[in-house]
Amino acid sequence: MFDIFSILQNNWTLFLIGQYPHGPLGGLANTLILAALALLLAFPCGLLLALARVSPWKGLRWAATVWVYVLRGIPLLMVIFWTYFLVPLLLGHNITGFMTMLCTLVIYQSAYLCEIIRGGIQALPAGQYEASRALGFGYMRTTIWVILPQALYNTLPSLISQFISIIKETSLGYVINVQELTFAANQVNNQLLTKPFQVFLILAVIYYLLCFGLTQLAGWVERRIARKRMGSGLQTVAPDAVLAIDN
Amino acid sequence: MTHDFDLAAVLRGEYAELIVKGIETTLQLALYAWLLAMALALLLVTVRLTGNKLADRLVAAYVSYHRNVPTLVQLMMWYFGVPNLLGESTQMALANYNTEFLFSVIALGLCQAAYFCEDIRSGLRAIPGGQTEASRALGLGYIRSMRYVILPQGVRNCLPSLINHTVLLFKNTSLAMAIGVMELTYATREVENYTFRAFESYLVATVVYLVFSLLLMGGGALLARHFNKALAR
Repeated sequence: MFDIFSILQNNWTLFLIGQYPHGPLGGLANTLILAALALLLAFPCGLLLALARVSPWKGLRWAATVWVYVLRGIPLLMVIFWTYFLVPLLLGHNITGFMTMLCTLVIYQSAYLCEIIRGGIQALPAGQYEASRALGFGYMRTTIWVILPQALYNTLPSLISQFISIIKETSLGYVINVQELTFAANQVNNQLLTKPFQVFLILAVIYYLLCFGLTQLAGWVERRIARKRMGSGLQTVAPDAVLAIDN
Repeated sequence: MTHDFDLAAVLRGEYAELIVKGIETTLQLALYAWLLAMALALLLVTVRLTGNKLADRLVAAYVSYHRNVPTLVQLMMWYFGVPNLLGESTQMALANYNTEFLFSVIALGLCQAAYFCEDIRSGLRAIPGGQTEASRALGLGYIRSMRYVILPQGVRNCLPSLINHTVLLFKNTSLAMAIGVMELTYATREVENYTFRAFESYLVATVVYLVFSLLLMGGGALLARHFNKALAR
């Protein structure tokens, strides 16, 4: 079992940054960059989809609903294959594995983030909307100045949970040879050949520490928000109702 | 695309056979893993309910591990890592069987058990304590108060998240292709490799996944309505 330390000692740079600076960036660094970019780009998409799903226009609502249900109904791997196949066709040139994975995660997560944000919007008391309209705000201004600031603030813990999901999902990049953490572990495993348990244990522990830390952060933010809301006398929303959408 | 859309090209003869076999394997994988997950989850919840501090900690650690490590990594751990610990003779013996399927069922089942366990626990915790107290005060024993008062409400509470996670489990079966289980995603890649018809083969697989997922979601919604009606009566 003490092999773990010697494996770590000999390969820690591969786990951390891949073959960089002698090759492309990989390992944990690439996993984090991929996950962060995916969340950053998927958030506006999810926001627009959520607004479409609660909008007064039927066609828009319908289209967004179909998008969400299709993506929630198929495995991420299928989305990866679709992106791998379709995006080069649409662009006219090949894209890297990293870009394929990024596009996939943005498309896939847009559906999940949409449901989270929609949950946040619908959890607001109807009086917020009505009061704002009664004060003479139009639909757009009500949404931007009254509904969204509250809804997005309340969904913050769920967004962190979703970031954890994204980090876990980046591991699927391994299937299309994206140089991230799981790929690095498999490289190490292929070099050593005889110590798969130790190598994958290291991999699992790295993911665990990362995601567990973020889970704790999400819990802390959630408690803070709940305290604040209680202080301001606003209605409390069961955070589980929002979190229950996915893992 | 260099050729016209032709669904029949991937749906005839041996390709159709591959796909049907893939669907079968996917469904088997999902079913066995679900049964394992549910059985284990019920056990874990029971352990947590007993209130033993050490047992509680252990179950919490189990859940935490399985929720914070990617399912793909858990699969690799089981398929590549665990046999390595079992010693050479066992490894030799295992090499004769197709262990991919077995290890996928174990990995997916154990992983999903953590989610199911949390679903059921939070469903039970959402029931006000007064319910137990009232039913006990009315003279129902522990078993009967569970059977007639707590569990019916608990099931209703945790049904939506159980359904969501069942769909998640179904979708996660596709990960088993990474360790060589010939389920639907694997079969789709095979068909694509043979026919060079990516669009058609992905379309077939996507529609199949979608149909089963929507059936699960729809079935879950019907079930939830059934339980709510039973309560209203």
